Amino acid sequence: MNSTVNILIGVAMGLNLLALASARLPSVIRAVAVQGMILGVLPMLIEPHFDWRVAFVAAVTIAVKGFVIPALLARAMRTANIDREIEPFIGFVPSLLLGAAGTIGAIAGARALPLLREHVDSLLVPGSLASVLTGFVLLVGRTKAISQVCGYLVLENGIYLFGLLLIRSTPLLVESGILLDLTVGIFVIGIIVDRIQRAFDTLDTRKLTALRE
Amino acid sequence: MMMAVLESLVRMLVWLLLAPLLPGIINKVKAWVAGRRGPPVLQLYYDLARLWQKSVVMSTLASPGFIAGPAVAWVGVAGAALLLPLGPSSGGLSFHGDVLLMVYLLAVARFCTAWAALETGSAFEGMGAAREVSYAVLAEVSLITAVLTLAVQSGSVTLVTMLAPSAGPGAVLLAAGLFAVLLAENSRVPFDDPNTHLELTMIHEVMVLDHSGPPLAVILHGASMKLLLFAVLLTQAVLPVGQQTPFAAAALLAAGVLAATVGVGMVESLLARFAFRRVPLLLTTAFLLCLFALLLAWKGGAA
Repeated sequence: MNSTVNILIGVAMGLNLLALASARLPSVIRAVAVQGMILGVLPMLIEPHFDWRVAFVAAVTIAVKGFVIPALLARAMRTANIDREIEPFIGFVPSLLLGAAGTIGAIAGARALPLLREHVDSLLVPGSLASVLTGFVLLVGRTKAISQVCGYLVLENGIYLFGLLLIRSTPLLVESGILLDLTVGIFVIGIIVDRIQRAFDTLDTRKLTALRE
Repeated sequence: MMMAVLESLVRMLVWLLLAPLLPGIINKVKAWVAGRRGPPVLQLYYDLARLWQKSVVMSTLASPGFIAGPAVAWVGVAGAALLLPLGPSSGGLSFHGDVLLMVYLLAVARFCTAWAALETGSAFEGMGAAREVSYAVLAEVSLITAVLTLAVQSGSVTLVTMLAPSAGPGAVLLAAGLFAVLLAENSRVPFDDPNTHLELTMIHEVMVLDHSGPPLAVILHGASMKLLLFAVLLTQAVLPVGQQTPFAAAALLAAGVLAATVGVGMVESLLARFAFRRVPLLLTTAFLLCLFALLLAWKGGAA
């Protein structure tokens, strides 16, 4: 059971690096979507007994993170008619190395944390820290609004992984609330992306800091 | 003693005779995917025989290094190949730390090829040499990380004991990393296109552009031996070849090398060459794959 969870988290960590190294927007979105689906499966594997509420949250997570959000992002990309190449602020090789260093640091650092005994051998905490770091690198290092949204999603995936540690004591209402917030957030960002594109003729967020009449 | 010498001789013969088969298989796979008939599998043998009978054309600028470079490079690759065990039969040349000698013999071979390329004084060949060594810097890091992974996994720095077991939990990562190193080190697609004859984009081909006759034959044979070396290294690193009976090991080794060769052919048929600025990213990815395999070997052993 635990090894399956660890392998899935390992794949999610690999997807972090894939998102950092991808030069094209659709592949970043796909990496984030697959990562969201993998994380959606985890609660069912971690809970020893089948619980219909957990199964429901897992199904909704998979549906929202794997299908709804990528579809919204793809739609935003299509309507805003942006080119799909990413121009990074931090280059691909440096960001990949940063992400890898963060991942290794998270694995090494998680050993130093005072964790419960059942969580020591699990990759949950390193995976969550690595995803949060990857999310930060994507948020800081990319110039286009949509890739920054992907960074935000990776960041949220990391926080979600951390939340899985407390799966028995967190009300499922909180999880559903987060999912709803996330969907609405992405929906709004999709509209904003369109607006930015119309007002500035670009999605480069660096231009938004310049004043103009 | 006599047996050990005899065994080394047989192994050398196997390396020398089988190596030119690999480029032939790759070309056959590529032709098959493209729906052509393609050159015969033994084409490189015919080429080598033809080149061997030709005379050498030397640039007036070139020093004897122009001939010595390919010769030393060939000896370097052959020496590295002899160090590599073939299945459970322990190499007669095996000693503590021979893996480092293998890595450095390959580096010497590369240095000599680049040196011979610079001897001609041609701008193109200098460019090819510069590209070759700058890719090699990145590929070598991955190779050494992969070697380190095997060393940590088996607790040994001797090739025979390092390569005997399988690579453990990180085998998939290590295989992917080593395969990328194989492609980069042998100048295959997506790092370099061995078929291209446009000087601006070539790497290995441009370095040997001015070589002719026997030196070119030596270079081509050395390149095919290097390809076989990396395929054998990849197979033995991933599969527990050294723990089988001799016949099973030979079969497993042959199957692994064939799979790697066909893999190279498929990659070459299905992928285009990468733009130069993308190559460091790919090599960094290979390095990270090996690094995570190392991490798994290290942590997996501890847990």
